[in-house]
Amino acid sequence: MKLKTADGGWNPYFAGALIGLLAIASVLATTTLLGKTSYLGASTTFVRAAGLLERSVAADHVAENDYFTKEKVRIDWQFMLVAGIFIGALLSSKSDKSFKLEPVPPIWKDRFGSSIYKRAAGAFIGGIIAMIGARMADGCPSGHGLSGMMQLSMSSLVALALFFGSGMIAANLIYARRRK
Amino acid sequence: MSIEQILGLITGIIFGFLLQKGRVLRFEKQIGALLLKDMTIIKLMFSAILVGMVGILILSDAGVIKLSHKPMNLGAVIIGAILFGAGWAVMGFCPGTSIGALGEGRWHAFFAIAGMVVGAAIYAELYPFIKSTVLSWQDFGKIGIAEAVGVSHWVVAVVVAVVFGLMFRIFEKRNI
Repeated sequence: MKLKTADGGWNPYFAGALIGLLAIASVLATTTLLGKTSYLGASTTFVRAAGLLERSVAADHVAENDYFTKEKVRIDWQFMLVAGIFIGALLSSKSDKSFKLEPVPPIWKDRFGSSIYKRAAGAFIGGIIAMIGARMADGCPSGHGLSGMMQLSMSSLVALALFFGSGMIAANLIYARRRK
Repeated sequence: MSIEQILGLITGIIFGFLLQKGRVLRFEKQIGALLLKDMTIIKLMFSAILVGMVGILILSDAGVIKLSHKPMNLGAVIIGAILFGAGWAVMGFCPGTSIGALGEGRWHAFFAIAGMVVGAAIYAELYPFIKSTVLSWQDFGKIGIAEAVGVSHWVVAVVVAVVFGLMFRIFEKRNI
């Protein structure tokens, strides 16, 4: 088995195993240092980011909202984790020169052309739908897919299967046809 | 910054670094997996689950940590996950990878992130309605697969390992 992939990346099984070790280390570190076990996740941070942004224009509205109250609008462990993902990806891609300014990805371009506006609209609308779904299901491929599956949670097994099932059907409907 | 925030940041930097090295952040890999053409993200995700699962189950058995199952709220998980999958296919990122993709220069991820923040804000407004409808239908609570089936979680872990192993074999045979 090759340790490097054709695009200069690391073998995905190896990188994945390291992420598994990171998840264990992180669970231990948060339990011992913070007194509360935190599992890797990402989507709740988007709720907190929305709350922080809304709070700057309508503080009362955020304070009165049940969901913001439930998820607590603050810069917590997971918020910084998500910020860290940006820094880690930047460092890694700069160090092996895989950093690339990309306005429109190739598969998208084959189907919808090189318009940045179309891509922006797709990403934005897709983002809205995906996040409403992730909050309803109470997790995303990090929270359910990684952390929930590591704990063998029932909800995570169902969620992960449906993330992929629904995603595969949608992707085939959207991208399988080539642009004329 | 508090210890909590510093710890989150350090963990996130390593997480982002590994996700980038594994080449799973970009649109091509996410959609490649959904089109069954490039299973890199599944290989990485399932390897992480296998390693993490063993450690977390041992720590839980030893009483060092407490498991934190997310609620098996039937309607919410099913409808939410289906919506997520559809949005994911259009966006080409999931919440965690969108931030990483921005970090490696794929700046169209910015629009995905903006959409997700708006989606979170919409969900917060819809929450009272969702709480009285979808969330109130049928909640099985915070249960593990092992409890639901009535076996030790190590039995479930072995089944998961065998299934993932067979999937890895298929991916490698088909070179996807």
